Amino acid sequence: MNRRIFLGLTTALAILPMSAFAQDKLPVVATFSILGDMVAEVGGARVAVTTLVGPDGDAHVFAPTPADAQTVAAAKVVFVNGLGFEGWLDRLIEASEFKGAVVVATDGITPLEMAEEGHDDHAEDKAHAEDKAHDHDDHAGHDHGAIDPHAWQSVDNAKIYVSNIAQALIAADPAGEDVYSANASAYLAELSGLDAEIQAAMIELPENRRSVVTSHDAFGYFAAAYGMIFHAPEGLSTESEVSAADVATLITQMKAEAIPAVFMENITDGRLLEQITSETGAKIGGTLFSDALSGSDGPASTYLAMMRHNITTLTAALKE
Amino acid sequence: MIDLMIAPFLDFAFMRRALLGCIAISIGATPVGVFLMLRRMSLTGDAMAHAILPGAAVGFLVSGLSLGAMTIGGLVAGMAVALLSGFVTRVTALKEDASMAAFYLISLAAGVLIISVNGNSIDLLHVLFGTVLALNNDALVLLCSITTITWFAMAILFRPLVLECADPHFLRSVSRLSALTHFAFLALVVMNLVAGFQALGTLMSVGLMILPAAAARFWAQGIGAMIGVAVLVAVASSITGLLLSYHFSLPSGPAIVLVAGGLYALSLIFGSNGSLIARYWPRPHLQS
Repeated sequence: MNRRIFLGLTTALAILPMSAFAQDKLPVVATFSILGDMVAEVGGARVAVTTLVGPDGDAHVFAPTPADAQTVAAAKVVFVNGLGFEGWLDRLIEASEFKGAVVVATDGITPLEMAEEGHDDHAEDKAHAEDKAHDHDDHAGHDHGAIDPHAWQSVDNAKIYVSNIAQALIAADPAGEDVYSANASAYLAELSGLDAEIQAAMIELPENRRSVVTSHDAFGYFAAAYGMIFHAPEGLSTESEVSAADVATLITQMKAEAIPAVFMENITDGRLLEQITSETGAKIGGTLFSDALSGSDGPASTYLAMMRHNITTLTAALKE
Repeated sequence: MIDLMIAPFLDFAFMRRALLGCIAISIGATPVGVFLMLRRMSLTGDAMAHAILPGAAVGFLVSGLSLGAMTIGGLVAGMAVALLSGFVTRVTALKEDASMAAFYLISLAAGVLIISVNGNSIDLLHVLFGTVLALNNDALVLLCSITTITWFAMAILFRPLVLECADPHFLRSVSRLSALTHFAFLALVVMNLVAGFQALGTLMSVGLMILPAAAARFWAQGIGAMIGVAVLVAVASSITGLLLSYHFSLPSGPAIVLVAGGLYALSLIFGSNGSLIARYWPRPHLQS
């Protein structure tokens, strides 16, 4: 009797996620919310997208559940960001015995190396010259040469994402080629519009007010594409713990350059930034979305909305 | 030299805040740690630190990143584990270590479950393993209040606690307040851990509670002197750890605990009382 109940339950559990895909839609998986939104835009009504790391979730430190493994096993295509963003993914794919195609959305993107905080030539004042020498020894082993995975923060890269997604969907579902191509070109046109908007907004910002501080170093591509300078007390990933030297270097730098504003992010702890603002007199400019979208009723429910929200927040805080 | 030691605290408010927070914890938690050690309950501190997790997680889920809600949640969860394990020890055949281990493991698993199920908001571990560099006014007020309460409570409980360390059966035979003393003491342990995890993270706060006490054991004989030495060791570790973190770009919490660990190792070897040298390389007393 007990064994029968147990068998029944496990069968039910195994079948449950499958039934979600029972329609004719192509079941695909995207690892995080921003990529999921892009796949949904290109796939339209023909695909059912499941996102593993949901809105406001941190993909750096995500721990997959058995349900995630089953979702992956049932999918035809898995879209990943690549560039080391989803460290947990290989194990998940292996464990779930997924047989379909793994599509790396960043294929063809020129990866940026992580700019190292505290080693650029800003704020090279004498008091800290000695500390910096120490800094360098400590960081040389692990930070140098790390690739910045947050490539979607530049709209040009987002276009490459979209092309990769469209190709992969066509390969997996040739019957839908027309739909996917049409969706992709419509979305690419919207992205071009977005790019122009951001460029226009940036031109209005004076050169000396383009330097800001965020809680997590996720805007390297945005900085390179649009000429902003971002400083962050934490390093590449949200996993590392901050040292007093990092915070001190940042505060010295903010005072020296008169950096006007710091920004929160939706996925990190804002308490450290509050301390930094109280010490430097900079103001808190609002919340930027870096690695995850907001919920559907939030200000950044899609990739387009997220980029618009970020640029509005930035310019509103930096204009005098 | 003096410049290297003083300038960071003069230049940066966050260093002063971190220093104040660490000193508050050093003064509040180490006396509690000394009694934990003397009562052979050092590992209880670690167990209670884990037991706090689900309460803090629930507090976070109910009202977000609120110091008050997370503190109250942590206190409730920690006290529940302390009371339940004490109750089980007194009414059943299970001994205190086993019942404490059982309840803290249940509590820890519940905490991890709550965090993981709701993991799509801010990474809660970042919140729970707070950083000493981000202490705001509320957190400092909380730390200093808990330290003050701890010292008043210790002043009241000092005699029964010493008696219980020396001869628990005697205390139980002459006074009915033995159980009350025990639970009041556990409440102090939980309070100090809750204060510590807001600022330094759970593991870190246990480190500042136990390591200075263990180091002081090698220098002092009386309980009063032991508490004094332990507080000195804790304050010295805090200052040195913060300075190392500042000058060598190290994470602050582990730096502070490792300095305390280093002082413990030195005491273990060179201490005047029961250390390796005192035991195996005794100095000749009066040379004629």
